[in-house]
Amino acid sequence: MDFAILSAVTFTPLVGAILILLIKMLTGAQVRADGSEDERVMYAGLLFSIATFLISIVMFLSFDQSASGYQLVEEMNWFQGIQYKMGVDGMSVLLILLTTLLTPIALIASIGSIKHRLTEYVVSFLVLETFMIGVFCALDLVVFYVFFEAGLIPMFIIIGVWGGVDRIYASFKFFLYTLLGSLFMLAAVVYMYLTAGTSDIALLETFSFDKGAQTWLWLAFFASFAVKLPMWPVHTWLPDAHVQAPTAGSVILAGILLKMGGYGFLRFSLPMFPDASVLFQPFVFTISVIAIVYASLVAWRQTDMKKLIAYSSVAHMGFVTLGIFSFTEIGVQGAVFQMLSHGLISGALFLIVGVVYDRMHTRDISAYGGLVHRMPVYATLFMLFTMANVGLPGTSGFVGEILTMVGAFQANTWAAAGAALGVIFSAVYMLTLYRRTVFGEITNPELENIQDVNIKELICLIPLAIGTILLGILPNLIFDITRESSLNALAQVAGG
Amino acid sequence: MFDLETILTTIAPEVLLAAAGLLGVTIGAFLGDRFNGLSFKFGALVLFAAAVLAGYYWDGGRAFDGLVETSSFANFAKVVSFACGGVALLMAEGFLRRHETLRYEYSLLVIFAALGMGVILSSANFMTLYLGVETLSLSSYVLASFHRDSPRSAEAGLKYFVLGALASGLLLYGMSLVYGFSGSTSYEIVADAEPSMGFLFGMVLMITGLAFKVSAAPMHVWTPDVYEGSPSPVVAFFATAPKMASMVVFAIVMFTAFPQALAFENWQMIVAIIAAASMIIGAFGALPQTNLKRLLGYSSIANMGYALVAVAAGVQYGAGSLLIFMTAYVIASLGLFGGVLSMRREGGMVEDINELAGLVRRQPGLAAALTVLLISVSGFPLAFGFLGKLAVIQAGVDSGMLPLVIILVLSSVIAMYYYLRIVKIMWFDERAEDFEPVDGWVTGTVYLTALISVALLILVAPLSELAASVAASLIS
Repeated sequence: MDFAILSAVTFTPLVGAILILLIKMLTGAQVRADGSEDERVMYAGLLFSIATFLISIVMFLSFDQSASGYQLVEEMNWFQGIQYKMGVDGMSVLLILLTTLLTPIALIASIGSIKHRLTEYVVSFLVLETFMIGVFCALDLVVFYVFFEAGLIPMFIIIGVWGGVDRIYASFKFFLYTLLGSLFMLAAVVYMYLTAGTSDIALLETFSFDKGAQTWLWLAFFASFAVKLPMWPVHTWLPDAHVQAPTAGSVILAGILLKMGGYGFLRFSLPMFPDASVLFQPFVFTISVIAIVYASLVAWRQTDMKKLIAYSSVAHMGFVTLGIFSFTEIGVQGAVFQMLSHGLISGALFLIVGVVYDRMHTRDISAYGGLVHRMPVYATLFMLFTMANVGLPGTSGFVGEILTMVGAFQANTWAAAGAALGVIFSAVYMLTLYRRTVFGEITNPELENIQDVNIKELICLIPLAIGTILLGILPNLIFDITRESSLNALAQVAGG
Repeated sequence: MFDLETILTTIAPEVLLAAAGLLGVTIGAFLGDRFNGLSFKFGALVLFAAAVLAGYYWDGGRAFDGLVETSSFANFAKVVSFACGGVALLMAEGFLRRHETLRYEYSLLVIFAALGMGVILSSANFMTLYLGVETLSLSSYVLASFHRDSPRSAEAGLKYFVLGALASGLLLYGMSLVYGFSGSTSYEIVADAEPSMGFLFGMVLMITGLAFKVSAAPMHVWTPDVYEGSPSPVVAFFATAPKMASMVVFAIVMFTAFPQALAFENWQMIVAIIAAASMIIGAFGALPQTNLKRLLGYSSIANMGYALVAVAAGVQYGAGSLLIFMTAYVIASLGLFGGVLSMRREGGMVEDINELAGLVRRQPGLAAALTVLLISVSGFPLAFGFLGKLAVIQAGVDSGMLPLVIILVLSSVIAMYYYLRIVKIMWFDERAEDFEPVDGWVTGTVYLTALISVALLILVAPLSELAASVAASLIS
């Protein structure tokens, strides 16, 4: 290892955050009379997040797709045999790319819509980016845990400071729910460290815990990841958090933070506790199907656009768990794909809502209608992402859903049948949303003068649109990269 | 036999503290009020020197026919306690000056309290232990009521004294029972005695007395009142140095005087219950508090509960963890009380947590530092406190006390709520009026402790190795 590229990707945003804080301290506060701040700080933050994105591209190029195992590994002693160890495989490389792509987009989307306390805003996002990348890079349980948990603080602040009316409630709920799950994981981490004598993830994946212990460890990890993902019935923090969070916060939350749950199942639960994973398969299938059907039905009845998309996220994450716990290659590949695709689509949908929210300051579906007459470009993009969310062939949403269902079908027909029901429902609620906001006559007089998407919003949405279609047409781009890591995740379950 | 070198290797810091304390009294008698300002620098210097001495004679020794015996384990605690005491003393000066109670007696009392801490940490005999406990306690009672014109301070001192005297009585009664059934007050001989019913009874009474000193439930009731009523710099002292010393002494007494299998079984169960009760009471008790000092009082009860998990884990698994945890805790506490001391407005101190509203807009540096310290004390990753909690969980899991670990986890989540509430007030709420600036010692301490808390998260390796080796010395 010549150059610690993973650490570079991980800590570039943090360095940026510290520099921005220092510059701000040295130049003094530049708060205008109306409480707004100099927007240059936003561009500075953007600069660092784009730099991170470029470094992550370099990282991606130096990643060998055909090799198995972890690559670009960095190691340094931390304490008591716990290593600061970083490394990536196919799955995590793509999730890092997703993170570094979505963060600048989230920041661009915030230009103009966030006016007060800009410095703290930008710093929170950059710090959050560091922790998110760290989660996907960490190859040591304790290091993973630190990054996994640490991300809560910036997100807590993002929701709590720049959120909606009930932001305090939402931020506390988000924080405490996640923390409760995570602390059980911490206890499990300690147990694993003491039993196996190492906290190195690569070594733990080959260590076999005895069956009784596996059950408890699996449950402890499940508590954490199920809340994060989120799975029914511990999903209730998500709609609150999404509704209250600012647009950019929702994008990151849906795009990346939710993926940590699925990532955790694949990185820890399956390889480290294969027996327990098999044991709990019916349980996971049951609640996944409940999540898909229930969340879809709840989404249908929402009057708040963000809440609708939040529930749709819960349903789509149900597909991810279904795919993961099918223990088939196709299912796991589908789950990883679904995570990436959902990262793009849900991020885009929250941006889409943000576009009209910035203009009208309401997320109430009934306040809209007939947008197509005034915002044709917007309507087109909205249509694209609606279809992608429904799972129309040709978009990435289709590939993820079909593969996870195929995987689930091989494991359990009924689960696949339940999930198929969810696909139908997703069409129902998404098309309802689309019809009620975009089609029809303009009834709300305030909509008469609404402007179509501007350049800034296009810059945010176009990359996501391209990604969605590209992955829909050429899904093998992804599968080639994730194959080795999916097989690795399955190695212990299939072998046992 | 009077062998100066043995005495010095064993109790050099205590010798220094005693001599300096007496010297201070003499100087004070001659200089009177002119000594007031200087005495704080003098006291801090003495305490730091004592910390250095404890570090210098790291391996300790045994003197006075086994009345005192020190190990690197005790010296670790001494270094941390004395250093904390010194910093707390420096932070006190500005506060007392503004309240026109800047008197040299204050620093002398802190020196004598530190002497008490040193003596209990060096004790190898119940008699030494009791002497040290009383030296520490009597100094503390006076410190608690140092603002004698303030009814709250006087009330705090009186409460502390009455309850503390009761606890000392229980401790002494326990010692006498153990002595009666084992025939000695020396830890070494007690450790070899056959635990009979009466012996165990005495041991339980001793645990009760010691639990009072570390403010563990159910002997915790004095803590919130004393924290709220006592002058803030006194609380900054109470919450750090004596906590570290008492908790380590608790561990030393349990580990060295009662290692017999039967006794261990019994005290492990009792300490585990005390730990669980402290964690739960600390977590729930803090929820409705709006006075920051009171809230920190409950927080310290909860944290003592976590530390007791390490004690209950036994010498093999818990000793190293205890040191790491307590170090993390006292560093963060010191900084947080620096924060309390910074809350000054129009000449008076304010203590309501809502006074911190929008602090990030007024003093971003202070708000950031306090956030780091709160994160540290809550055991959340991002600061050293996390490694402390990790060590405690490790001790708990290692010794097979899973139910206790689960209580720890649950109470941590509840505790996180009230720490977060303070973060919320500082970051989310509308800004309240500005605080008046305070002296550099206080601000410096807040920043420094925050910096140390983050730095030690990353560079913990030497410290954790040290704690492990020190713990190993206790076993052999």
